[in-house]
Amino acid sequence: MTKHMITFLLLLGIGAIFADLLTGFSADQNLNASAEFYATHTVSDTGAANIVTAIIVTFRGLDTLGEVTVLFLTAAIVALVLSGDMAGGFQVKPRRWPVGELLETGTRLLVPLIALFGAYVFINGHLTPGGGFQGGAILASAMLLMLLADPTRRFAHKTIARIESVSGLFYVFIGVLGLALAGGFLDNRILPLGDFGSLLSAGAIPLIYVLIGLKVGAEFSSIMTSLSESEDV
Amino acid sequence: MTLQNIAMSTGFILILIGLYGAMTHKNILRMIVGFTIAGTGTNLVLIAVGYLPGRAAPILNAAVPIETASATIVDPVPQALVLTAIVIGLGVTALMLAFAYKIHATKGTLDISKLTDLKW
Repeated sequence: MTKHMITFLLLLGIGAIFADLLTGFSADQNLNASAEFYATHTVSDTGAANIVTAIIVTFRGLDTLGEVTVLFLTAAIVALVLSGDMAGGFQVKPRRWPVGELLETGTRLLVPLIALFGAYVFINGHLTPGGGFQGGAILASAMLLMLLADPTRRFAHKTIARIESVSGLFYVFIGVLGLALAGGFLDNRILPLGDFGSLLSAGAIPLIYVLIGLKVGAEFSSIMTSLSESEDV
Repeated sequence: MTLQNIAMSTGFILILIGLYGAMTHKNILRMIVGFTIAGTGTNLVLIAVGYLPGRAAPILNAAVPIETASATIVDPVPQALVLTAIVIGLGVTALMLAFAYKIHATKGTLDISKLTDLKW
């Protein structure tokens, strides 16, 4: 009972802070200085139509490299933590209950379409809402559907790891190219900026986002397969 | 009550609900769900802060021309921040689930009141 009282008082305090923040908040009428810079300089500097993409891939590209590294670490730690159970996990156990004709047939129809949509989302990251992280998550959802349709299915860990490391390597390589050929690390102007709004524009941004998409998709898939394979031991 | 205030108070309420769930439940899986809800609330608050009334998304095209961009788009920085936060949040959730699985495999329970190894 005392524990619930403490929790309640704590939440009341946090709630009071939030209420104070909420009542003291007044919406800006104009962009602040940094947002103003991004609004006016994005097109001339990077050629990307989606300003959020330009910030993530070019202006703060180094942070995104760190973020992808964090995801890689997560996938590696999940695999490490669950690895003891996976040692004998490759024997395929008989399915306990059938998943149903509807899901199996639907999977065969939907997986290619979902993969295609994921690729569309990360290739068009510089023009439309979307990008490497979203597209990678959509790719991984196709893998999830395949796992749902057949829980005993085993994916090739080596292929997933290879896609992941090759795309990471090329990502860093493009960054170093930017250092050598353009203004700095991960500068997208190593390729021509092209016509504003066309698919092949914004320099290296589409290339980098395709690599991020593949890397994120591979990392999410690796996390899911680790969790799925430990389940049936 | 503007759209922005509604979104922001919803975010704050979600944070409080998530923290309440994480602090009162004893089952680790329910605590993970609580943390995820609190994280979603944080993202909602961040997005609401970057919103400017009556403006468009920060994607330039024929309807949102380059010349008037700084007067017609919302702040793109919180949106980039939240994109990062969602991805990191997913990584944290995956780690929590993996550790929860490991705890269940070694101890046979997910109830934290039964995990007394570090209690004196």
